[in-house]
Amino acid sequence: MADLIVIQPGPQATLQDLGRVGWQRFGVAAAGAMDVPSLRAANLLVGNPPGAATIEFTLSGGDYAVEGGTLRLAIAGGSFPLTLDDEPVPPWRGFDLAPGQRLRIGAAPDALRGYLAVSGGFAIRPQLGSLSTHIRSGLGGLDGAALRAGARLPLVTDAPPAGPPLALDPAALPPRRGVLRVVLGPQDDHFTQAGIETFLSGAYAVTGDADRMGYRLSGPEIEHTGDFNIISDGIAAGSVQVPGTRQPIVLLSDRQPTGGYPKIATIITPDLASLGQARPGDRVRFAAVNAVEAVRIRRDWNAALDGLGRALRPADSGDALDSERLLGINLVGGVVDGRL
Amino acid sequence: MPEPRFLPAGDAALTVEFGQAIDAGINARVLALDAALTAAAMPGVVETVPTYRSLLIQFDPDILTHADLIGALGGLDRSAAQDVKEASGGRDWTIPVCYGGEHGADLEDVARHHGVTAEEVVRLHLSGDYRVYMIGFAPGFAYLGGLPPELHTPRRRDPRMRVPAGTISIGGMQAAVCSTPIPSGWHLLGRTPIRGFDLNRADPFLFRPGDRIRFTRIDAAEFDRLDAAHASGGRS
Repeated sequence: MADLIVIQPGPQATLQDLGRVGWQRFGVAAAGAMDVPSLRAANLLVGNPPGAATIEFTLSGGDYAVEGGTLRLAIAGGSFPLTLDDEPVPPWRGFDLAPGQRLRIGAAPDALRGYLAVSGGFAIRPQLGSLSTHIRSGLGGLDGAALRAGARLPLVTDAPPAGPPLALDPAALPPRRGVLRVVLGPQDDHFTQAGIETFLSGAYAVTGDADRMGYRLSGPEIEHTGDFNIISDGIAAGSVQVPGTRQPIVLLSDRQPTGGYPKIATIITPDLASLGQARPGDRVRFAAVNAVEAVRIRRDWNAALDGLGRALRPADSGDALDSERLLGINLVGGVVDGRL
Repeated sequence: MPEPRFLPAGDAALTVEFGQAIDAGINARVLALDAALTAAAMPGVVETVPTYRSLLIQFDPDILTHADLIGALGGLDRSAAQDVKEASGGRDWTIPVCYGGEHGADLEDVARHHGVTAEEVVRLHLSGDYRVYMIGFAPGFAYLGGLPPELHTPRRRDPRMRVPAGTISIGGMQAAVCSTPIPSGWHLLGRTPIRGFDLNRADPFLFRPGDRIRFTRIDAAEFDRLDAAHASGGRS
């Protein structure tokens, strides 16, 4: 069987799929991709099930090679510059990597996290039902850790899928947003009316203290009614907790399942990827929707993701996507340039 | 018996809150509703997280609406509340602990804080009837109620970056059995060779909410013997 060789991983490169389901009651973090639509796009481009494990990297992708077979790869998440033996490969399309070739993945102007999918997926045993890496508890991935230079990732197959490489117009993905929609609660009653209005009207910058576990934001102070400690309870993905600093912390994929600060609101599932792709210095705002609206938005979002497969087309059909055009379309920008 | 509050937690989660205290009766209602919901196997319920005083329910709103979930929960809670006593029937564990020395670096400090001897702290800790209120923070980490009031101790001013798996600690009015290496600001009284989390075991997680725990004292030699047995996969 073939192996994917990590010559040089990008920063914080980890295997991620859709995360662990069913173990939070035992203190196990869900983990999983920070940008689920991009995870799905990368997998579709190589013919994998949409939720298969990919390598999630941060800022830049690093260098890779294969041994033991030719594999089809694809990278989604942003317009990451790619080269195969120094020959550029357009982004948002599948390509074949043969033994002896070297793949280099740079940094994208329009994304923080990229997703590298390999046709057939990784022959690594899931832990607690998932390949997602959770570094703090040493679970998943390769030895529960980030990828290291020289690592070999065993692959399921040693040949690319039948048919030509596919391309995906990233405009088919849900657009990234600078205004994140939230449902107020579960502990919005721990905040004054002024505090809630501040939260919903202020601009909040992503600080340097932002990782897969959570993003600390910086902006106008959010006022509590009283004590800022609560008895620890469960934390949903996207929970916005406000500790004694009066500054929000958004809890994301690697969050611990329980915590003891009041949660003013919860970012809705469709908007989590926009924050997951935001980097320190980017600014976001929050807008409240009710639970019924949230579910309607989620339904449209799910329909868009389900439609990604229909947006695939052969990569060599002539309608080549170049990065100039990518930079011109709506997907690019949003959170990254702070446009609200 | 007060009605639970249903608090929205985004598009795909709901918090059912039974109170705002660390209390065995409140926790028993959380666990009773969790058990009833699990038994009902309602399509669309993805995962539940029972905690001290609330139950987080993660669900797929395309399959189960907020309104239908809340409607169903009201009925489940009313019937579960009748059976809270039976539903709280967790398992009984006796957990061996080696106190003090290298395994319990804060034993002397805790004794000084309360103006008693280290032996008295051990005696008090051993005297407690503990109940697992919730598992959280890290895989298998068991939060215990039942710490004798004489041992309620403010957390350390300076948290440790890493305490080992098996650490037996106290913080505030809570006690814990730690199952993986974690950062912690609690006071370390001792260590157990028992693995609270072991992926190689059929059931990787030893404790469940509602379980009852008593501690028993072992010496360092016995700790080493049991620790070696567990490390080699033994179950002694």
